[in-house]
Amino acid sequence: MTSLPDRTEKKLGLVIDLDTCVGCHACVVACKGWNTQGYGAPLADLDAYGAEPEGTFLNRVHAYETVPDDGPAAVVHFPKSCLHCDDAPCVTVCPTGASYKRGEDGIVLVNETDCIGCGLCAWACPYGAREMDGKEKVMKKCTLCVDRIYNENLPEEDREPACVRTCPAGARHFGDLADPDSDVSRLVAARDGMDLMPEQGTKPVNQYLPPRPKADRVPSPPPDDGPVDVLAPFLEPVADAPQGFLGWLDRALGAGGR
Amino acid sequence: MHPAPSIIVFTAISGLGFGLLAWLGVGVPDVTGWSAFAFFFIAYALAAGGLMASAFHLGHPERAFKAFSQWRSSWLSREAVLSVATLLAFGPYALALWLFETRLGLLGAVGSLLALATVFSTSMIYASLRAVPRWNHWLVPTLFLLYAISGGALLSGEIYAAALLFLVLAGAQLLYWRTGDKLFHAAGSTAETATGLGFMGKVRQLEPPHTGPNYLLKEMVFVVGRRRAERLRLIALLSGAILPALVLSIVPAGHLAAAVAVLLHVIGLLAARWLFFAEAEHVVGLYYGRR
Amino acid sequence: MGKQPEFDTSPPVSDELRKTTCYMCACRCGINVHLKDGQVSYIEGNRDHPVNRGVLCAKGSAGIMQHLSPARLRAPLRRTGPRGSGEFEEITWEEALETAVRWMKPLRETAPEKLAFFTGRDQSQSFTGWWAQAFGTPNYAAHGGFCSVNMAAAGIYTMGGAFWEFGQPDWERTKLFMIFGVAEDHDSNPIKMGLGRLKERGAKVIGVNPIRSGYNAIADEWVGITPGTDGLFILALVHELMRAGKIDLDYLIRYTNAPFLVNGDAGSPDHGLFLRDENGTPLVRDRGTGKPVPHDAPGVEPDLAQGVRIAGTTHRPVLQLMAERYLDPAYAPEAVAARCGIPADRIRRIAAELARTAFEEEIVIDRPWTDWKGQRHEKMIGRPVSFHAMRGISAHSNGFQTCRALHMLQILLGSVEVPGGFRFKPPYPKPPEAHPRPHCKARPGQPLDGPHLGYPLGPEDLALTEDGRPARIDKAFSWENPLSAHGMMHMVISNAHAGDPYPVDTLFLYMANMAWNSSMSTKRVIEMLTDTDANGDHVIPHIIVSDAYSSEMVAYADLVLPDTTYLERHDCISLLDRPISEADAAADSLRWPVIAPERPGHAGVRGFQSVLLDLGHRLGLPGMVDEEGNPAYADYADYMVRHERRPGIGPLAGWRGDGSAHGRGAPNPAQIERYIENGGFWLAHIPEEAQYFKPWNAAYQDWAVETGLYDSPQPYVFNLYSEPMRRFQLAAEGHGHRQPPDHLRARLSETMDPLPFWYPPFEETAVSEDDFPLHALTQRPMAMYHSWGSQNAWLRQIHGVNPLYVPRKVWDAHGFEEGDWARLTSPHGEITVPVALMEALNGDTVWTWNAIGKRRGAWALDETAREAREGFLLNHLIHELLPPKGDGLRWANSDPVTGQAAWYDLRVRIDKTTPPDDHASRPAVPAQRSPVGRGPRNLAFKGGKA
Ligand SMILES: Nc1nc2c(c(=O)[nH]1)N[C@H]1C(S)=C(S)[C@@H](COP(=O)(O)OP(=O)(O)OC[C@H]3O[C@@H](n4cnc5c(=O)[nH]c(N)nc54)[C@H](O)[C@@H]3O)O[C@H]1N2
Ligand SMILES: Nc1nc2c(c(=O)[nH]1)N[C@H]1C(S)=C(S)[C@@H](COP(=O)(O)OP(=O)(O)OC[C@H]3O[C@@H](n4cnc5c(=O)[nH]c(N)nc54)[C@H](O)[C@@H]3O)O[C@H]1N2
Ligand code: SF4
Ligand code: SF4
Ligand code: SF4
Ligand code: SF4
Ligand code: SF4
Ligand SMILES: [Mo]
Repeated sequence: MTSLPDRTEKKLGLVIDLDTCVGCHACVVACKGWNTQGYGAPLADLDAYGAEPEGTFLNRVHAYETVPDDGPAAVVHFPKSCLHCDDAPCVTVCPTGASYKRGEDGIVLVNETDCIGCGLCAWACPYGAREMDGKEKVMKKCTLCVDRIYNENLPEEDREPACVRTCPAGARHFGDLADPDSDVSRLVAARDGMDLMPEQGTKPVNQYLPPRPKADRVPSPPPDDGPVDVLAPFLEPVADAPQGFLGWLDRALGAGGR
Repeated sequence: MHPAPSIIVFTAISGLGFGLLAWLGVGVPDVTGWSAFAFFFIAYALAAGGLMASAFHLGHPERAFKAFSQWRSSWLSREAVLSVATLLAFGPYALALWLFETRLGLLGAVGSLLALATVFSTSMIYASLRAVPRWNHWLVPTLFLLYAISGGALLSGEIYAAALLFLVLAGAQLLYWRTGDKLFHAAGSTAETATGLGFMGKVRQLEPPHTGPNYLLKEMVFVVGRRRAERLRLIALLSGAILPALVLSIVPAGHLAAAVAVLLHVIGLLAARWLFFAEAEHVVGLYYGRR
Repeated sequence: MGKQPEFDTSPPVSDELRKTTCYMCACRCGINVHLKDGQVSYIEGNRDHPVNRGVLCAKGSAGIMQHLSPARLRAPLRRTGPRGSGEFEEITWEEALETAVRWMKPLRETAPEKLAFFTGRDQSQSFTGWWAQAFGTPNYAAHGGFCSVNMAAAGIYTMGGAFWEFGQPDWERTKLFMIFGVAEDHDSNPIKMGLGRLKERGAKVIGVNPIRSGYNAIADEWVGITPGTDGLFILALVHELMRAGKIDLDYLIRYTNAPFLVNGDAGSPDHGLFLRDENGTPLVRDRGTGKPVPHDAPGVEPDLAQGVRIAGTTHRPVLQLMAERYLDPAYAPEAVAARCGIPADRIRRIAAELARTAFEEEIVIDRPWTDWKGQRHEKMIGRPVSFHAMRGISAHSNGFQTCRALHMLQILLGSVEVPGGFRFKPPYPKPPEAHPRPHCKARPGQPLDGPHLGYPLGPEDLALTEDGRPARIDKAFSWENPLSAHGMMHMVISNAHAGDPYPVDTLFLYMANMAWNSSMSTKRVIEMLTDTDANGDHVIPHIIVSDAYSSEMVAYADLVLPDTTYLERHDCISLLDRPISEADAAADSLRWPVIAPERPGHAGVRGFQSVLLDLGHRLGLPGMVDEEGNPAYADYADYMVRHERRPGIGPLAGWRGDGSAHGRGAPNPAQIERYIENGGFWLAHIPEEAQYFKPWNAAYQDWAVETGLYDSPQPYVFNLYSEPMRRFQLAAEGHGHRQPPDHLRARLSETMDPLPFWYPPFEETAVSEDDFPLHALTQRPMAMYHSWGSQNAWLRQIHGVNPLYVPRKVWDAHGFEEGDWARLTSPHGEITVPVALMEALNGDTVWTWNAIGKRRGAWALDETAREAREGFLLNHLIHELLPPKGDGLRWANSDPVTGQAAWYDLRVRIDKTTPPDDHASRPAVPAQRSPVGRGPRNLAFKGGKA
């Protein structure tokens, strides 16, 4: 099982919009909640009410600052879970076959009953997408909510990952990235979706949409050009003093400003 | 990477054991009867003991047998298969030497190859990980094999071979450190590639995803102070290779000298292995502002 | 490749699904609670719910861990050790209720004001207020005074509705959205959903905030303003827009008091008031005749430029006064740039963008509507510019005027209640006149003479005693802060401790952690709560607390009434209270016990509202006992169904009468079942033609009357100029019979200005900038709700500790490095805390997450928990009074208009310090005992089984 399928019929995955993610952690907790009661062993929390609470999470949201040479720094909230890589090193290293990539949809899963908890797959993953459960001692990772997306006990519209369903800002999208006509593929194409750490050669399925250019990063035109440029006509003064303003009012109302 | 004692002991001790077996397989030293028993006892104890130690690293050691299944793709699985094959191959060979004072030469040669292949697979577990650039290099298997062969030579009493091999080892080790220090950078993974945000400027962590600790940080983000690393490198080099080589070549041969050399080597080996793990930077650290 | 493992990708999700309302914050999203084996197994958003449409925030999803928290109370508690020790004994409910009655009954019979009943962010204020009114004490309010009353009151006084949760941008149509000083807000999920919609449509978002995180991080443009200066920035925008004539004159004439004529006779008692006819209708100058005519007369063409002269007095239109004020160079971008920390060019560019979007990208919807004068309009015309703001602009001592300034800007652009602009949610719009006035007359054995809270229209509405002193313990509606529409909860403990204006006997607190994160100067408040007089008696004799968890406040109670968790009780989110409506629908909802409250081995917990009804019956309060002396209501559920505020109007608007009536109708015994069948909520769409221009839209007014929101249509105009405020100024100038004390005259004159203006925050002017060069702020973490999230095993892993974020400039100047600690000193105290660098931060500002710090021993956490060691509160540095100014008086650290606590006026200085050996922040409040023991060590539960 540890060999990768030559190709998968679908490439199901997530598209995460960094331009929209507000860093609310809703996806983190929805994932925790769903997967604690769902696929495999519950996600444990050690020292839950103590000094060093340490639980298993399949999705975590980082916060970064980007500091340009000029202009103000920006903050980007950055959710990260398994990217369901096409060339998943976590799968090929697994000695037991517990880790595998599904041929039909490309989802990378751990069969917990086969897992010996050696941790090697977590080492092989560049993204930190796998966590050993502190209590069950088996490897946990994002399942792409495989027990939701095909679940006939759920209404059709709910057959999507818990994190996607819950994201208040709509920053997470789920779909088939092998199908160029899918919504997610279109999004990726339109917004220059990117791979994380392409140099690692993992060929992630999940894609990230970069933040759009920030208006406060647009270099301001030289002062002699006039600062407001194209917008300047909108501030053409009608008056500089109250008296002139009243004159303008008169004219505006008189000229049928109504 | 977190320098877990179980893994350090596993790779170091089992390496020594398989190294010794490799020598014994080609009839060095050419022992039979009880002295053969003694040598094989030591070799098996080291090799198997090391393997046992590795089980402490497993969440589910009771399922360890499943690790034999993926030899087609997984170096860890290959290592498991090969180590068992090695131990099995040496069984009749050792028995024949001990009880029948007979050397089954071909079996021995096969066993030696298996032993070296085992050590090679062990090293490839690490060397195949692109996510740990410091490991992802041919010097890693070279070094593992050298440690095994030189340590094996020492244990098998091949004093001159050992002394010579230790000098080669010292060179390889030095080369690895010098090369290794550049590998992370050379691999090209940065906070900017990790996040794809380089186009917005320099990327720095503002807040970790959780203020609480997690498995990834404990397992894969270990930072050694520079001073400490330098001290340990010195110890590893001196104690692991140079001093044993000196002891072997200067001090007249004898049990005491051998014991001192072995002790020195093992200390150095453990230090080197500790560093092998502790200094290895996993790219996931980039996500945590820890690189 | 071998064979893939087989497993069930279609497992049953749960045994049962129950729909109720989230309570992890005040947003009140709809939730689907999944149950397995009779235990809560999973919580997700309800897709049909108007508030969240299926999404759920981190807190909401973590509700399961809140419900299972080890800090849950299990029985009523009687204090056995000293206050604050956490030493209690469990008692029965009968003992608890009898104790409460023993304390309260004599108060009601002799001096009802000696009961001070204050509630936090609960969602049953119309009920608790009704109870307090029946008891007869004037001393009741909820948390609004320390929260965001500036925002709420400025909105009501200016436009009859506010941001907060009372209105929302037209998310589907707006093209330029500016958000001021918001980290999270009450409208938590809707704002995130709205921002997501804007992003999808490519609309522009501008974030105005000293800190660039969260919403500001995804804004297309960040304005890293210096705290406390938004008013200046906004008025500079107004200056530019007026200068360029980029204001919506048509809108101003039709819908605002811009043309109203203001009396200019400086000597007159009517100076600054509107010129009115004999019916009291304000007059405008008709452009055709030049004569003053009622503003609402048919066919009138109001003038905005010219006034009228009558009997030697000039009466000038409001817009003329505004031109005089805002065209002044003092509000020019250049004049404000340095102070706001925003380059003048940038201010001008933003003004230009507002102008361009509002006037060039006008939205026209083909939807005819008729205004209240009967005039039909073929189209709905909108200006797709919208704004939102919250505590960042309101929690300052100049917050009321700043909020007013922002509303004025919206109105000048003609972007309120129009397509693409800002829209009210029912029961808003509702002008100040349509709200009650505050009542304060306490009479032994009698209910209060009317509702406690309201909107004063002049000095005659203040809550004063005969001799002119504050009638309320919090001094709300007094000369110090006349428009304190939400009361002033943050002043209760210090006033009660000082016996000023009078001592109280019993302090009854519900759902507010007053001994910790909701107090200014936490350590001093703790001292006040424990302080004793010469006889060794507590200065505040009795403290009763209702809480659901072992909070810091519980430890200071003499009697604890344990509440259920939100999944275990009935609650009612009523249109009489804080609405959950949408801009195009009225909605209300309920909670019901989706799981039974069980505390095995203990006396158990009861829903607080039911307990209040029980207490009301035992105290014989009117409305709570029937003719035979039996309880009028069996419990809160019964009250929700049968109580009528006005005939036909009850707490829940849906399925009244025989189940077919909505809004108005007789009580329906099956009402709760109908709500549950419908997913826990009720929703009534506003007809299409009534969805915009609500204050002036005849169809909306009629619909609102039908739905029971109003009793008769009440169209009104927006108050650019606030006449009620001018009435207080007149009093300060010596007019009228109700006169302020002399020491407040100057301040009233200045701050009760009827037109928005800016003044520096009080604390800033009280201290020297050299001594305290930095601003210190807090932000709400999106995944934590105030103090009560830390008991949540999941959420506390996300926010278990809060560093002080320091901008680059300060970081370098002090030579800070990662892992360093700092001493932060304010005029009122100092704290020692860990620091961290943040680049995307206003250079004069430091900040931290709010309410992460915990007292050791509280919340069933281990005493070594990081929240209790490293975590810290900024509250220790904030005082409810300003530093002494040398005039012998201590002025409040509040907004002078509303009394809003000025949390964000805090000034500090920072010094590097050696990290404490114990790695614990200072001050360290000593540990308490936990009345509920400690939580389990490890957790792993599946399918609801803990
Ligand atoms: N997750 C979560 N949600 C909550 C709460 C919670 O505790 N957790 N609490 C609820 C409650 S009670 C309330 S009142 C609301 C409050 O919701 P918010 O108003 O969003 O409250 P704060 O988190 O205090 O955010 C204040 C923001 O104003 C900024 N700010 C401070 N001073 C200034 C200033 O002078 N100018 C400008 N422009 N910005 C400034 C701060 O940087 C901060 O971003 O949230 C509610 N929602
Ligand atoms: N420094 C600083 N301080 C601030 C602020 C700030 O921005 N900065 N913000 C201020 C603002 S806006 C607010 S609103 C306050 C909020 O501060 P608080 O009103 O003190 O809010 P919480 O910490 O949520 O405390 C509410 C209490 O209600 C209890 N509780 C929770 N659920 C239930 C329940 O179901 N039933 C009952 N009976 N009790 C329950 C909790 O256990 C807790 O004790 O903080 C204020 N303090
Ligand atoms: S739920 Fe959505 S907005 Fe919130 S952190 Fe996750 S991806 Fe970002
Ligand atoms: S993200 Fe990591 S765990 Fe997931 S498939 Fe890729 S390598 Fe494997
Ligand atoms: S931890 Fe489990 S899944 Fe990962 S490599 Fe080891 S056996 Fe495979
Ligand atoms: S797809 Fe499912 S398992 Fe994966 S991160 Fe989202 S919620 Fe978690
Ligand atoms: S915003 Fe979150 S916590 Fe608040 S009610 Fe909605 S889901 Fe619950
Ligand atoms: Mo609040």
